[in-house]
Amino acid sequence: MWHELTSDQDLLRDTTSRYLGDRAPLSQLRKDRDHPAGFDPAYWTGGAELGWTMLLVSEDDGGGSVSGKGAVDLALIAYEFGRHAAPGPLVDCNVVASALSGQEGELQQDALGQILTGEAIASSCLGAAPWQLPDEAGVTMTKDGDDVIVNGSIKPVESGAQSGFLLVTGMSEGGMSQVLVPVDAAGVSVKALKSMDVTRRFAAVSFENVRVPASALLGAFGQADEEVTRQIQTAAVILAAESVGAMEAAFDMTVDWAFDRYTFGRAIASYQALKHRFADMKSWLEASHAISDAAAEAVADGTATAGEIASAAKSYIGEQGVELAQDCVQIHGGIGVTYEHDLHFYLRRVTLNRLLYGTPAEHRRWLAGMQIEKEYAA
Amino acid sequence: MSDEMESVDDFRARAREWINANLGPMQPWDISQHCDTDEIELEAVARDRALQRKLFDGGFAGICFPREYGGLGLTPDHNRAFNEELAGHEYPSRFSVPTFSPCASVLLEYGTPEQKAAHLPAILKGDEVWVQLLSEPGGGSDVAGITTRAEKQGKDWVVNGSKVWTSRAWWADWGIILTRTNWDLPKHQGMTVFILPLHQPGIEIQRIERLNGESEACQEFFSDVPVPDSDRVGEIDAGWTIGTRWMYHERLGHNSPYVTRPIGGKREQSYEPSVVGIARKAGRLDDPSARELIGEHSALGLVTHELQRRIAAGAASGKGNKDLSSIDRVFRGIASVRRSTIAFELAGSGASVWDEDEEDATDAIGMNFLMRQVACIGGGTTEISRNVVAERVLGMPREQSGDRNIPFRDVPRGPKRG
Repeated sequence: MWHELTSDQDLLRDTTSRYLGDRAPLSQLRKDRDHPAGFDPAYWTGGAELGWTMLLVSEDDGGGSVSGKGAVDLALIAYEFGRHAAPGPLVDCNVVASALSGQEGELQQDALGQILTGEAIASSCLGAAPWQLPDEAGVTMTKDGDDVIVNGSIKPVESGAQSGFLLVTGMSEGGMSQVLVPVDAAGVSVKALKSMDVTRRFAAVSFENVRVPASALLGAFGQADEEVTRQIQTAAVILAAESVGAMEAAFDMTVDWAFDRYTFGRAIASYQALKHRFADMKSWLEASHAISDAAAEAVADGTATAGEIASAAKSYIGEQGVELAQDCVQIHGGIGVTYEHDLHFYLRRVTLNRLLYGTPAEHRRWLAGMQIEKEYAA
Repeated sequence: MSDEMESVDDFRARAREWINANLGPMQPWDISQHCDTDEIELEAVARDRALQRKLFDGGFAGICFPREYGGLGLTPDHNRAFNEELAGHEYPSRFSVPTFSPCASVLLEYGTPEQKAAHLPAILKGDEVWVQLLSEPGGGSDVAGITTRAEKQGKDWVVNGSKVWTSRAWWADWGIILTRTNWDLPKHQGMTVFILPLHQPGIEIQRIERLNGESEACQEFFSDVPVPDSDRVGEIDAGWTIGTRWMYHERLGHNSPYVTRPIGGKREQSYEPSVVGIARKAGRLDDPSARELIGEHSALGLVTHELQRRIAAGAASGKGNKDLSSIDRVFRGIASVRRSTIAFELAGSGASVWDEDEEDATDAIGMNFLMRQVACIGGGTTEISRNVVAERVLGMPREQSGDRNIPFRDVPRGPKRG
């Protein structure tokens, strides 16, 4: 890690690392391949007790970071999640918890309390995104008197079928809006989807004239753009750190393999053709560490360039994480594409992380927009 | 001045005041070393010499050089503070690299007291610009394979051979040169370092025109060039010890504590043309695929910067192994190549074919693209750095070589024929 860790941060990371090694070893993930949720509820509440869902929540609301920089602390947890290919909706629960922190409504406070204890899972339904044109949004929201009517559908939603609360983002007049919807609200339907991931579960969620009271709004109607931006930056930080952990695990495993595997009477680590590929991978890995750490710092501090750095991290790691994992497969040869080998857990992790909360192409377009705005302003 | 060292904050305040009072705003020739004609370049050099003299007279030259050689005897933190205050101001850019790092740095570490007294104050006053005479036509990355020879004649020496890729040797004053002095020892053991004035009988300097038309790099031919033994640096045949430090200072380059140059401000971005501007000129600013390229360009720039910070922080904390800088070198090369390609792609045909009467033509983008591999060649190729990463960072087996533990004269230097 680029930043020096405090002893509290070290403890946080170490505790999570040991907990994951104990509760979510790859052998357990293999057993849970067909588990509907992908993990036992006690695993998630145990993690919540370690602080997994509290780091972005204010102390007044029962949360708190260990270093004063919640996003940096959370990135440490996320890195361990990646290294262990661990199950559990770390990203969505934290995105929703951070959105609910400071919100006064009864529903919001109730949901936040349950997310903090791990009793409930929450999902973010990103039905509109800043890189889209307004008519590309999957979810729209309109006002009817004091109520808000939600329509549309969105996928993939992580842990949608296990979720108690949905933070729904949709396009509305004047900009994006966000509402908190209990999953059992009339008009909400959730369909579990199949996915390439073994450890995580995804769903499609649709909204058919779902009517919620104005009190379900987070912020003012049509005024959520800034908040959505902040949430995506947060998600980008968590996903980037997770992918760096997964990249590191895949890379370490492949370096070991290169020393152990002999062909033509020598270790494959002695072939220059492969040594150069390892050197390239090492440079991608260190670069990913660097931009991931920088994104966590910038988002934690809310700097003026946090958006640029977060999108740079999400797009670079989204693309290069997959390239690194596939190169690791190539260097393993045939064994690298078997289910028996562990490598695929990390390949799946980085491949799905590439997609969630914006693909590399989407983040690049968004980043270009920031760049253009800056140069026109100058 | 008392013996107690001035605090960085006090020094910074004093530097700020002096800079604001004495140095004008940054000029185009501070940002790009490229000059359209030799006349303009010589003017820029004269101006840089005068600026360096101004720093010296103002008491701000050689911040980390010892006082006995005309410097201030302060710390890298003082130098950094000065460099930060220098942001946005004119400065003697042609004195930073290679004069201060690596040349003056090597001289400071290995030169005799007489050599240091003769040259370090002269450098700090702007009287001497130095070059490094390292690469040879026979090999770039294999630095220790040099064949330029120095032979003893009486108690002095005679140099024969050729050096290449020496930036701006045609107007520089002195050079530091790595030579072979013993052909019976293995490759790394028979080298010696000397210093010599560049403009003297026996040294012919030719300019090398590169494919973009620019010709700052030179090749030097040495024919029976006499060098007094008093201009030898370090022990005879121990040149590689100095050589490894020399290359360390070369890698530090602009980040060396001996280098004065602005940090922050606009300088760092202004090397490259804005891809937003390129896309706008090509009418592609609203094209989503062009925006993806702009975003990729920008992201790679940010990642390159953060990786450099990470490696530097590792080195500063003492945790990082020094070979980690090779990771940065590989990444920087690859990222720079990709960014040149993106700029070229965004520019469209205007980068390849242009009307010379047109204002704001984008031909420079095309030339940058043709020259893009320089980012993976100059200062040691990315291939060599990949070997370093694999072997010294990841611990993988070394490549076979044909030059170890045998006298250098027996090392094959070309195909065996007949």
